[in-house]
Amino acid sequence: MLDFPRWRIWMLNTLIVVGMAFAIPSLLPASMRAQLAQFVPTPTINLGLDLAGGSHILLEADTSQLAEARLEALEDSVRTAMRRANPQIAIADVSRSEGELSFNVTDMSKVDAAREVILPLISNATGTRDWNIGVNNGNRIILSPASSGDETALDQAMDTAKDVIDRRINALGTLEPTIIRQGDNRIVVQVPGLDDPEALKALIGKTAKLEFKLVDEQADPDQTAQGKARVGSQVLPYPDNPTGLPYIAVRRLGGISGDKLVKADPTFDPQTNEPAVTIQFDSEGGQRFARMTQQNVNKLFAIVLDGQVISAPQIREPIFGGVSQISGSFTTESANALSISLRSGALPVDLTIVEERSVGPDLGADSIRRGVLAAVIGTTAILVLMFLVYGRFGMYANVALIVNVLMILGVMSFANATLTLPGIAGFVLTIGAAVDANVLINERIREELKRGRRVVQAIEFGYKEASRAIFDANSTNVIAAVLLFIFGSGPIRGFAVVLMIGIVTSVFTAVTITRMWVSLWVKRTRPTDLTI
Amino acid sequence: MKLLKLVRDDTNIDFLKWRGWAFAISLVLMAASVGLVATKGLNFGVDFIGGQMIRATFTQSATAPVTELRETVGSLGYGDPTIQRFGAENQVSIRMKLPEGADKNPELANAMAEKITSKLKADHPDVRIDGVDSVSGKVSEELFGKGVLALLAAMAGVSIYIWFRFEWQFGVGAIWSLVHDVTLTFGLFSLTGWEFDLNIIAALLTIIGYSLNDTVVIYDRIRENLMKFRKMEMASLLNLSVNETLSRTVMTSVSISLPLIVLVLFGPDVIFGFSMAMAFGIVVGTYSSIYQAAPILIWLKVGSHSFVPTDEGTGSKAERIGADFGAQP
Repeated sequence: MLDFPRWRIWMLNTLIVVGMAFAIPSLLPASMRAQLAQFVPTPTINLGLDLAGGSHILLEADTSQLAEARLEALEDSVRTAMRRANPQIAIADVSRSEGELSFNVTDMSKVDAAREVILPLISNATGTRDWNIGVNNGNRIILSPASSGDETALDQAMDTAKDVIDRRINALGTLEPTIIRQGDNRIVVQVPGLDDPEALKALIGKTAKLEFKLVDEQADPDQTAQGKARVGSQVLPYPDNPTGLPYIAVRRLGGISGDKLVKADPTFDPQTNEPAVTIQFDSEGGQRFARMTQQNVNKLFAIVLDGQVISAPQIREPIFGGVSQISGSFTTESANALSISLRSGALPVDLTIVEERSVGPDLGADSIRRGVLAAVIGTTAILVLMFLVYGRFGMYANVALIVNVLMILGVMSFANATLTLPGIAGFVLTIGAAVDANVLINERIREELKRGRRVVQAIEFGYKEASRAIFDANSTNVIAAVLLFIFGSGPIRGFAVVLMIGIVTSVFTAVTITRMWVSLWVKRTRPTDLTI
Repeated sequence: MKLLKLVRDDTNIDFLKWRGWAFAISLVLMAASVGLVATKGLNFGVDFIGGQMIRATFTQSATAPVTELRETVGSLGYGDPTIQRFGAENQVSIRMKLPEGADKNPELANAMAEKITSKLKADHPDVRIDGVDSVSGKVSEELFGKGVLALLAAMAGVSIYIWFRFEWQFGVGAIWSLVHDVTLTFGLFSLTGWEFDLNIIAALLTIIGYSLNDTVVIYDRIRENLMKFRKMEMASLLNLSVNETLSRTVMTSVSISLPLIVLVLFGPDVIFGFSMAMAFGIVVGTYSSIYQAAPILIWLKVGSHSFVPTDEGTGSKAERIGADFGAQP
């Protein structure tokens, strides 16, 4: 047991040095770390928001609304496809209900042709179908959602939503957000150092779906006031309506959506000098916008944002070139926020904030300062006690403990792990387990000496007999840590991660490394007497 | 150099003599804890019941004006707040139920936070808002469910391990002492009214880990002695095992208590409850290893027949694993 071949000593020493080296960047002050980063990579430990201060926002997607949006998009594409089919296929009695789209093919003989037109619309790249197609009464086609289609749609929508949020937050500047998907329909946004998340929430919570719709100028204002619209029209809220009525009727069809933008910038309206937003369509969107304005000169069109009309100007002349200006009652800030949202694209789903936490930087800094102070005092006390009780062997344990702490920090830096308050609890438990391993070994050596064994033999027995309990104790901790990681949520997982890393490093340092040092000492001095 | 000895070499305390009393006292305390939790309940934080919590420090005052706050915040029309000091005298947490409909419309929760904080700032220029947490009912239910599940899974998992590594009686002893520790900690939180949030679950997990560590060390020694002294009466054997490991128990408990005492005294106020829970757990965990986990083996009729030291027996298997893992002979 006390025989360590040279290669093994080298290997262990290398492990220690490498493990501790990774801790260095995390321990340096930020300015020195930045200098160091010019020469070598400097992975660091992230401090959790409870320690560093910042905002944590959990967003949940409204899946029912997503299904509705898919249905709407399907209706759109079906209508367009039927119109563009050659020869055109007439459909009637289109209805969307209970998640299904159904319509009659007016000419019975064209049902099969209609199917052929629809099939490419409802198949996806993997060869499965997003929608099931059925025919009722000979000419009524029914499209119902396939479950795999729902899942894929949600998955894609969430990925897109994540990207959109990322772009929006990045537009705010120097923040360093962490944006991750959680579960099927959630996104976590964490922004360190931001303690007042109002601006952030205003930005990421907005769906920013921009539409241009024609105003139904024949609508009866009394009907509109009651929320009733003619067939083919719908009533939308319009808080800034110059007529004073907070609603307006718009045509359902014939509008275009604003998802084909290449640019959106805050500006000022040259006539009124009020804040506004200029947008530029891509070439396809620009052509459609030109066509729409060309066909509807002198009519009113409504600019609709997230289902609410922000203004309804008159089309004075056809707009070519795809550049347009949106004015409404904007402030400089809201014009800026809207242009960021438009630039980064609309969210494919509505997101609601279901959890929000913010920690002021003062509190976080206070937590770190006092936490570190407590850790330093506590660890020092352990080191002193270990030395007083076990002498030389206590020193070995102490150095191993310090190496252990540095190695945990090193592994956490390397893995870019996040240290949270519960993580500190995991740290305490790990240090406790590491100290306990050495206590177990040293107590056992004492016992074996008392039983009259010779020094070398007592040391051998001490390590061997104590290993069993150390193994069992650490195994149970591993089991607990793994289960916690599987079943726990955020903070509990942070605890589990530190615990898992700590168990490995503490067994390594407290058992293997001290054994190496002890064996080197025994070899060198051949002790016949041992004070422990 | 003369080394310090926390426990004298010839220590031989008859711990097991008081096992009946200890068990009775533990049962009473556990029943009291369950009763307290059932009647008085736990002071759940927003993590587990949803709602909004605003933490504030009155930087220029020695104490926070709790009574006044209760009135002013209560008069804002959002219902009665739960206001508590935490840590220092001038720090408070203000907890509110989320306004009706906030699950659908987060603006309502924002508006409430905004209204309360601006009222605080207007009345007290020295106030510093340290944080705002809003947790919807849905998320809090999930956090609670997951926390409880993690706790139960960890307890069950480690007990099953002990069962496989030792004997089933040891598994029962381990889970019993864990239930004991967790129940008493729940009781402490109910009694003191300290806030029970996700961090406390982490503390409970640490307690479980520590208590189990202690139990495993004593169980390991009991197993060793059972194989060594095949004629010894069980109570004496347990006493011997506890005494043999006593200096280790004391040394480890003192070591681990040191950073915790420091945390309680000087640590961040936010984790006061958390540190207290851990400190309490160390004491209870050490006690339960000696007075719950060990004596239960007598009642469950563990004896020398439990471990037969053959080449293929449990004992030698354990030693073999131990050897692979640490010390090569």
